[in-house]
Amino acid sequence: MADYQNLFTTVQAVGPVHHGVELGHGNSPRTGQPLINYWVGKLGNAQLGPIYLGGLGLASLVFGMIAFTLIGMNMLASVNYDPIQFVRQLFWLSLEPPPPSYGLSMPPLNQGGWFLIVGLFLTASVMFWWARTYRRAVELGMGTHIAWAFAAAIWLFLVLGLFRPILMGSWGEAVPYGIFSHLDWTAAFSLRYGNLFYNPFHALSIVFLYGSALLFAMHGATILAVTRFGGEREIEQITDRGTASERAALFWRWTMGFNATMESIHRWAWWFAVLCPITGGIGILLTGTVVDNWYLWAIKHGVAPPYPEIFPSVVDPALSTGVKP
Amino acid sequence: MNMNTLHKSSWTSRLAKGLGLALVGLVLAGCERPIPETVQSGYRGTGMAQVYNARLLEVKTEKNQAPVAIPSPGSDGPKASQAYKNVKVLGNLSVGEFNRLMVSMTSWVAPQEGCAYCHALPNFEDDSKYTKVVARRMVEMTQHINSDWQPHVAQTGVTCYTCHRGEPVPSAIWFKSDPQPQGSNFIGDKAGQNTPSPVVNLSSLPNDPFTPFLLDKQNIRVNGPTALPSGNRQSIKQAEWTYGLMTHMSTSLGVNCTYCHNTQSFQNWENSPPQRVTAWHGIRMARDLNLTFMEPLTEVFPAHRKGPTGDVAKLNCATCHQGAYKPLNGAPMAKDFPELLKPALAAAKVAAK
Repeated sequence: MADYQNLFTTVQAVGPVHHGVELGHGNSPRTGQPLINYWVGKLGNAQLGPIYLGGLGLASLVFGMIAFTLIGMNMLASVNYDPIQFVRQLFWLSLEPPPPSYGLSMPPLNQGGWFLIVGLFLTASVMFWWARTYRRAVELGMGTHIAWAFAAAIWLFLVLGLFRPILMGSWGEAVPYGIFSHLDWTAAFSLRYGNLFYNPFHALSIVFLYGSALLFAMHGATILAVTRFGGEREIEQITDRGTASERAALFWRWTMGFNATMESIHRWAWWFAVLCPITGGIGILLTGTVVDNWYLWAIKHGVAPPYPEIFPSVVDPALSTGVKP
Repeated sequence: MNMNTLHKSSWTSRLAKGLGLALVGLVLAGCERPIPETVQSGYRGTGMAQVYNARLLEVKTEKNQAPVAIPSPGSDGPKASQAYKNVKVLGNLSVGEFNRLMVSMTSWVAPQEGCAYCHALPNFEDDSKYTKVVARRMVEMTQHINSDWQPHVAQTGVTCYTCHRGEPVPSAIWFKSDPQPQGSNFIGDKAGQNTPSPVVNLSSLPNDPFTPFLLDKQNIRVNGPTALPSGNRQSIKQAEWTYGLMTHMSTSLGVNCTYCHNTQSFQNWENSPPQRVTAWHGIRMARDLNLTFMEPLTEVFPAHRKGPTGDVAKLNCATCHQGAYKPLNGAPMAKDFPELLKPALAAAKVAAK
């Protein structure tokens, strides 16, 4: 008997490859000849393709490639078109937003103009891809849960690059396009606004981020543990609860006194996942617009503990008189 | 599945597990040897600690040894201004003291090149070499530091060796960077950052934080004084420039952020160690020295000593500190050279009255 004790899928159920159901009016045909790959089947489904491209998919790819190329060309130009330096410095290279002095006006190309153009193309690309996930779900007669979960991530993306810079009156507040530079931006964001760890929405976002990972691990482990009793047929077990479902439920009731059901666990997971960027986006949007210094805010409202002053002699030298300027 | 295959598979899987565990152990052990020592420096729970690696500390200690001072011959006898021509700064020293300082300076600054590095031999009074004009101004700078910048250098003071360490040009100096050294002017601007520069410890932070802060007087403080917005218009980009300067200070002194800050709130002075006050004066000192002493020497230096944009070499925290929290680990070298402790000219003026 096959069991599911391995990291890899040991059973590959393979039938004749197919393109899928006939699509109605307004849909483009699917692209690519489907094929079966044994090693792909070790991880997921063994069938590769066909892919549905369509008008929205094509538009998203074109706009995305323009944005990607503009970022890459800016990086390449910044190392004098030297391919070796481009590779060596790749993690450092970046396309920077305009200096804050330009406010919300259009700066020269080399002073952030490229950055704004890339932002326009990238946002269009992401929006087209969102519409694609929505349309494909509807065409398949599915719910649109995936599109709305993606929309939660897009909310955070738009807060960082569009909503917050507009509210602050400066495109210079946006996140640079680069590996290290966006990490430095994150640290500088926290430093500028007095320690983001005292932002309660940041805290909530972390709860949902780590919570998502925890729930995913608990759920994945539970289902794998009861697959020997047919537990991977989760949906059937929602209404026809078999011994797999009973044992899984009993395990969690024994260990923590409470358990999800075969249906509700997926709602928990979905809400934890979407609330991570939703709460995070709220926290970012409030920073600088509504709250300027999260540390002082937290002290004011009793969130942060005031530590005893163990260096009593230290005062701001800029305040004392008679010192060097 | 019979017992035989079960036995076999468990043997191989045990081996694989053992190897996997060993690999995880190796990764977790990291690459640092020996295990660093952590010393708490602030209130418990604030993460204020300094990390010391005994092996690296030993290297640093070796690099930061002060040379032994030549014994002083005393202030008796004729003055240098009487014995020699064209002595402008150290004229009130005795000939013995004066020669002792000249010999010391040679060993501190130009041990390979000797007297001829500054003097157009055999005319010691001749000012035709630029190095002599610079050296005279640098002696005045040393006196200025030791007398007017005690909030930073305290009683320890500095000598030529603090920065020079036996080299004519100190190893850590800075020039203004060329904003876009190559390529077109419509694409590829790095905005003064995004280069693996040792100045900012190989981060992608702005790598010339010196021009705005140690030459100009741009605002280093980016935090606002109130919880809610009340007119503080410092941007995230400005925070990155401050972050660049702070990273330079941390690398120059071989310390981490918590040497001067409680990271709960970087701006809060009440919970900051006293070292932060010393560092605050240090920033002002570096700015003062660059503006008062280095910039005016721009025309004196030949082109090959200048930066890519033709500016003079300037100093920052690393110029003196060179990786040590106190230059030369705090060796009180200057006390053996009282002529470097106070402006000689001012002292001479007082004596003349």
